[in-house]
Amino acid sequence: MSELNQEISQEKSQTVLSPTKSVKLRISRSNPEVNSEERFDEFVIPVEKYTTVLDAILNVKSHLDHSVAVRYSCRQASCGSCGMKINGKPALACFTKVVELNTDTITVEPMDNFPIVRDLAVNFTRMFNNHKKIMPYVVREDSEIKPDTGVKEILQTPEDVDKYIQFSSCIKCGLCNSACPTMAMDTSFVGPQALAQAYRYIADTRDKGKDNRLKIIDDSHGIWRCHFAGSCSQVCPKGVDPAMGIQLLRSYLLGLRD
Amino acid sequence: MMILRESIVMKIHYGTALGAVFLTVIHILMRMTQDFHESLQYENVIANYQMIGYAIMLELLLILISVHGFNGLRVILLEMRQGPTYEKAVTYGCIASMAILIAYGSRTIIMTSMGMV
Ligand code: SF4
Ligand code: FES
Repeated sequence: MSELNQEISQEKSQTVLSPTKSVKLRISRSNPEVNSEERFDEFVIPVEKYTTVLDAILNVKSHLDHSVAVRYSCRQASCGSCGMKINGKPALACFTKVVELNTDTITVEPMDNFPIVRDLAVNFTRMFNNHKKIMPYVVREDSEIKPDTGVKEILQTPEDVDKYIQFSSCIKCGLCNSACPTMAMDTSFVGPQALAQAYRYIADTRDKGKDNRLKIIDDSHGIWRCHFAGSCSQVCPKGVDPAMGIQLLRSYLLGLRD
Repeated sequence: MMILRESIVMKIHYGTALGAVFLTVIHILMRMTQDFHESLQYENVIANYQMIGYAIMLELLLILISVHGFNGLRVILLEMRQGPTYEKAVTYGCIASMAILIAYGSRTIIMTSMGMV
């Protein structure tokens, strides 16, 4: 064997494959259409170092119990579908690696503050309605599309973009609403997701809808019901920081900024 | 249920909190001009009420704390339950309770400072 081949074979022999280990996955099972009972079904699942909680749940669905209800789509923290409580904390199942949880038992439950559809799937209607309510689009009379002259650009400086870009990363996963203590009590509260988006559009220099949006959130179940627990920002998987957006929005209403 | 815009109500809420803290500090400092047990003696308490500046400060403190406290109670009650009838009852109930407390406290301050007690 040549020297080079020997080196390669040595390299190969040093490659350590991650040993497959097993974890116990406890899945919350409920169906409010049938009864109000909740139970936990337990499954033992093999995991690799790259296995996510969503992979583990899909493993159960494929091989052990097809009837587990879970919502997912992109499997890469982009669509916002797979939010759930993982070991008690709201998180994206596709963005949480099993090994990072450092435990042999993983409990998955539906997100708090959302009505359960079945098992891990929850109903997003309230969140989407509140999101629509704050007019989540740039409001202005003129358009970027000119029928006669073609397309005109509404220019922004990099500093203008910096003001809102962080808030535009929201994927509407609902984890912030699920962690919010006010959402748990006040069924009419607009919620951190919608408030962060209200700030995202108000801070956009192209937008002219500030006064209308501020009127919508300046309500007895609007922005003032946030007690700044900050849990929304702690659980946000995209670094949106809704709690900061809410405080910045408040400064408009308190007259501290225009 | 909207009587005033919520932002105006909350500006009043924060303002009354600051005002109440400020006046409470003055109130405590004035208590410290004498021994604690002396400050609670009947004659001294009545004498305090009869100082017009002090009586005005107590009246202001009563108003600030009542407005702040009852708005705080309204907020807590609105978060505990929702519904148009309930929310109307909470808002008007808090305004009425606040007015009654201020009226009763003002009566005590006025009567005492005028030597009617
Ligand atoms: S703000 Fe963050 S946690 Fe809330 S919906 Fe958007 S991405 Fe999810
Ligand atoms: S599956 Fe899309 S965010 Fe998890």
